[in-house]
Amino acid sequence: MRFSDQVIRVDAQSEEQIKLLQILESEEKWNLDFWRHPVSTELPVDVRVPRSHLGALKEYLNAHSIPFTVMIDDVQELLDQEKAEMRENHIRQHNTRDFNFGAYHPLETIYSWMDTLVDQHPNLVTKLEIGRSYENRPMYVLKFSTGGTNRPAIWMDLGIHSREWVSQATGVWTANKIATDYDTDASLIAVLKTMDIYMLIVANPDGYVFSHTSDRMWRKTRSPNSGSVCVGVDPNRNWDAGFGGPGASTNPCSETYQGSSAHSEIEVKNIVNLIQSHGNFKSFISVHAYSQLLMYPYGYTCRSAADQAELDSVGRAAVQKLTSLYGTTYKVGNICTIIYQASGGSIDWSYDVGIKYSFAFELRDTGRYGFILPADQIIPTASETWLALKHIMEYVHDHPY
Amino acid sequence: MGLRRAIVLVALMEVTWSLNVTTIGPETVSTDASAHPEPAEENTEQKEAAAAEEDVMATGELNPNHYPAQRAAKLVQHYLNARYGSPYKLFGLKEVHSGNAEEVADSGRKYQLEISVHEIISNTKEKCSAEVFFPSGAKQLSPQVQVSACEEILKLDAKSEEQALYQQYKTNKTVRTEERLPDSYGHIDPEMTPFWHLSIVASSFIMLKESTENTLYNVAQVANITQLATENDQLKFDCHVLLHEMVSQEIPQWKLLFTWSPAEGVKVLHTEQLPHVHEFEKRAKPN
Repeated sequence: MRFSDQVIRVDAQSEEQIKLLQILESEEKWNLDFWRHPVSTELPVDVRVPRSHLGALKEYLNAHSIPFTVMIDDVQELLDQEKAEMRENHIRQHNTRDFNFGAYHPLETIYSWMDTLVDQHPNLVTKLEIGRSYENRPMYVLKFSTGGTNRPAIWMDLGIHSREWVSQATGVWTANKIATDYDTDASLIAVLKTMDIYMLIVANPDGYVFSHTSDRMWRKTRSPNSGSVCVGVDPNRNWDAGFGGPGASTNPCSETYQGSSAHSEIEVKNIVNLIQSHGNFKSFISVHAYSQLLMYPYGYTCRSAADQAELDSVGRAAVQKLTSLYGTTYKVGNICTIIYQASGGSIDWSYDVGIKYSFAFELRDTGRYGFILPADQIIPTASETWLALKHIMEYVHDHPY
Repeated sequence: MGLRRAIVLVALMEVTWSLNVTTIGPETVSTDASAHPEPAEENTEQKEAAAAEEDVMATGELNPNHYPAQRAAKLVQHYLNARYGSPYKLFGLKEVHSGNAEEVADSGRKYQLEISVHEIISNTKEKCSAEVFFPSGAKQLSPQVQVSACEEILKLDAKSEEQALYQQYKTNKTVRTEERLPDSYGHIDPEMTPFWHLSIVASSFIMLKESTENTLYNVAQVANITQLATENDQLKFDCHVLLHEMVSQEIPQWKLLFTWSPAEGVKVLHTEQLPHVHEFEKRAKPN
């Protein structure tokens, strides 16, 4: 058993009692450590008492009818706790100050960084677990909100194709950017006044881990396919939008394998569930790499979406902002004509369930490095993309529906 | 097609694509403050967006930003790299300005393109005209590329660096990689960069040969490159590359045997496609 000091609070009732306490304080043999000295009856008197003298002191106070309460039952325990907290805070501070946004991090590092972001900005950021991956990894969404209940919201998902590392890395930088700028950037203030932002930085955690440990070029989920040696489903062919149409494969060994049915992948289903149960998303943005494109629906068909003209105009304005930073050029158009016809895609689904402002980014570059974009391009990529994202968010905010 | 759409389409074809953009590659940060792209004409964009219906095989005037013209133009990049590329000379497709496609009776489809090509190392850009022919039929013939009006960029001189590298590796040194080029983080040892470029050049022969109107190839990563004994004054290499095909999203893997010298350029001796490796085989070799 540990013998630890206690801290008691003494409530002196009269000048006489104050004088008694002052005498106690002066007597060294008691070894009392007064945290608050006996000065007046209006103020509490706090004393740290060595365990060995505790009984005697309490008896003395009782004998003189001086009321007291135990403030700290076990000082040592508290000290230990505090030391641990300080160490933790130091590490966290260290992490947040020194977090290298210009590097590619493994999943665990991104997840622990999320916690530091929430700690640093508790009035803005919360972390939600929206479900688990096939291999039972949590899928975390960062929610940026200044209050309200079920405000109209903007959705962003990154890294659904795990090998597109600049996508997840851009998510980390962007989340940090929103948190650090939210009370100084006028347009961000305006957006967050009435809207929430939801960000799923690692939409395919199993694939992301696999791309670190085993195969840098891994794209799909890691769910097994019955009757096949091949693993995984293309999570961006698995949405219920033209599911099973052209541009997706029925072969489990294919990189564009659509899955056994729409939303068969738990990673996709978790997002669908969140979006549907929330019911108030106004924009849905999926971030991929590479090709330098900003696209809108449709992929599953080459016919124009009803809102094509507006989406095209928003996209072009957003790209103008992006290009203004470093001159990086992007093309704008619907998925089917710009890149290829592809069924079962996320932004086709979101658009068809009524989220008008649905966009897909393909970030840097155009093939020189492709998926293995050098880390020193992460921050420039994220910075220029941020200008486009802000434009979209401002527009969505200014055009409620 | 409604009358209004027909009128819009005709109007579109009469407007030449005048997006005069000063493009700067993402790998170079511009220090020239005036180098900002000019905004495209709003009117053209809206009309284009309204008339954006693609046929299965687009014919006639092509939208230069849509995939048919883009895929054909990529072949010009592969052609230039195969023909003129070196450890210090590498070409990229910068932009497609205009394109036109037509059927060539019973033999294939021909694209005429106005493009901008970028030499990556010297960071120079030039406009080129090109013709790309995709043969049809069961014989699996390679596409044909012809380039014109592009002389300056092809005359770029990297002879001294090429000679220095050639001499170094002909006699003193030998290259045999342990790491992939670039590694998972996009990092490459500067001493290995010329060999990364050489592998891209050699891969361009494959990418050119394998391309169709339904593919778009880039080199994803070089798994390894090994120098073999010099033969007839040519440096000789064996390399294993991972390509990325955009439409299928597959990562085809190829082994190549090729030679290089400043005088002769890259000559590919042998190519072999490796079978699609599934995870249980990959597990033995983490990267």
